Amino acid sequence: MTCQEIRELIHAYLDGEIDLVRSLEIERHLPDCQVCASVVQNLQTLRSAITRDSLYHRAPPDLRQRVQAVVRQSNRAESKPRFASLWFASGRWLGVGISAAAVAVLLLALIPAWLRSSADEPIAKEAISAHVRSLMADHLTDVASSDRHTVKPWFNGRLDFSPPVTDLTERGFPLIGGRLDYLDNRPVAALVYRRQQHFINLFIWPSAQPSSKAAVNPVTQQGFHLFRWTAIEMHFLAVSDLNERELKEFVGLIHDQLTPTATP
Amino acid sequence: MYNTNQLGRFEQVVLPHLDAAYNLARWLTHNDHDAQDVVQESYLRALKFFSGLRSEDGRAWLLTIVRHTCYDWLRQNRRFEPLTGFDDELQGVESDEPGPEAMLLRTAEDELLRHALEELPVEFREVVILRELEGLSYKEIADIANLPLGTVMSRLARARQRLQQALTAHTQREAQV
Ligand SMILES: [Zn+2]
Repeated sequence: MTCQEIRELIHAYLDGEIDLVRSLEIERHLPDCQVCASVVQNLQTLRSAITRDSLYHRAPPDLRQRVQAVVRQSNRAESKPRFASLWFASGRWLGVGISAAAVAVLLLALIPAWLRSSADEPIAKEAISAHVRSLMADHLTDVASSDRHTVKPWFNGRLDFSPPVTDLTERGFPLIGGRLDYLDNRPVAALVYRRQQHFINLFIWPSAQPSSKAAVNPVTQQGFHLFRWTAIEMHFLAVSDLNERELKEFVGLIHDQLTPTATP
Repeated sequence: MYNTNQLGRFEQVVLPHLDAAYNLARWLTHNDHDAQDVVQESYLRALKFFSGLRSEDGRAWLLTIVRHTCYDWLRQNRRFEPLTGFDDELQGVESDEPGPEAMLLRTAEDELLRHALEELPVEFREVVILRELEGLSYKEIADIANLPLGTVMSRLARARQRLQQALTAHTQREAQV
């Protein structure tokens, strides 16, 4: 690729939006071209400046209550159900002669997909609740520390297992701390990591399965992404509102740290 | 309209994304008061359409509504901020001249950055907010802002370029004083 072509792709490259082949091609070019390299460096500096926490406007504390109140009030004031019942009231469906079973199927189609699938994944739902609770109740961590040598011993005596604690600060996922939580009918370790403004809860608890299993397909519910996998006889579940790609990167890094490959 | 269960679900799906909603509204309207109004209005709209929600992503769905509500608000307040109709495709991305800005940016004040972002035309600003502050992918931004993927990329590129220019101009002015 020429410098011009590289400049055109540089944003997509930095955003992780281009394919591996072209990404590698750009990475090969940068050490040899000072001009392109400094364009990349400047953009990276700009990006890290914009993504700083202080530019994120968090909702004022009382807005949540006010929104909730307005929503509930409006819901009470609304006397007639909308979509489904208007259609039912019109009686058109009778004329077309749809059976009761077909109506049931149609009604089911109106329910968001995740509400239906949530029954299959009770842990996913539990984990999202735990994640949301940790963010909303201002109870993110019991032990707030970016030092894994502080976080890991904290769990001693509080749990009947010792969760592996890894530090990914250098990879852009600083450790924030740890917390006791409850999942899958048992106490679990919750490690909290951060990526820009997004928190990641990594839940860990023992598994009967000895084998290492790669991360299962991500589950997306309510705007949160979840990855669940087992390794070193532990269950791992990562949940965050971080985008799927970066959360996957996080999962990969954790997985690599825990299970060093055969080559020394 | 909804029973307690359904309302509970609505709150579970949509309320956790209040910060994202407020952040976008705050950046698009420029002020706290209007942002709060827009957020409230957005939640009422969301409530109305919740039974039709097919998407699995409550945040993207809510942000789409917030953006829409913001644009309605901007149209009503046009005298404060004209919506700049501009052509995405005609102006290409100019090549960046490498400069000393990297060092200067590192120490840039929050206030300076905030100002540079506020000064961006709204179409540029929204892609920066969604990408850099919400960490959304091009695809997600394209869905929310109803834009082609290529336009998301070119707007983001030009927005960053403008930010760099604004910050460089500022630091050069500072240097001359
Ligand atoms: Zn080059």
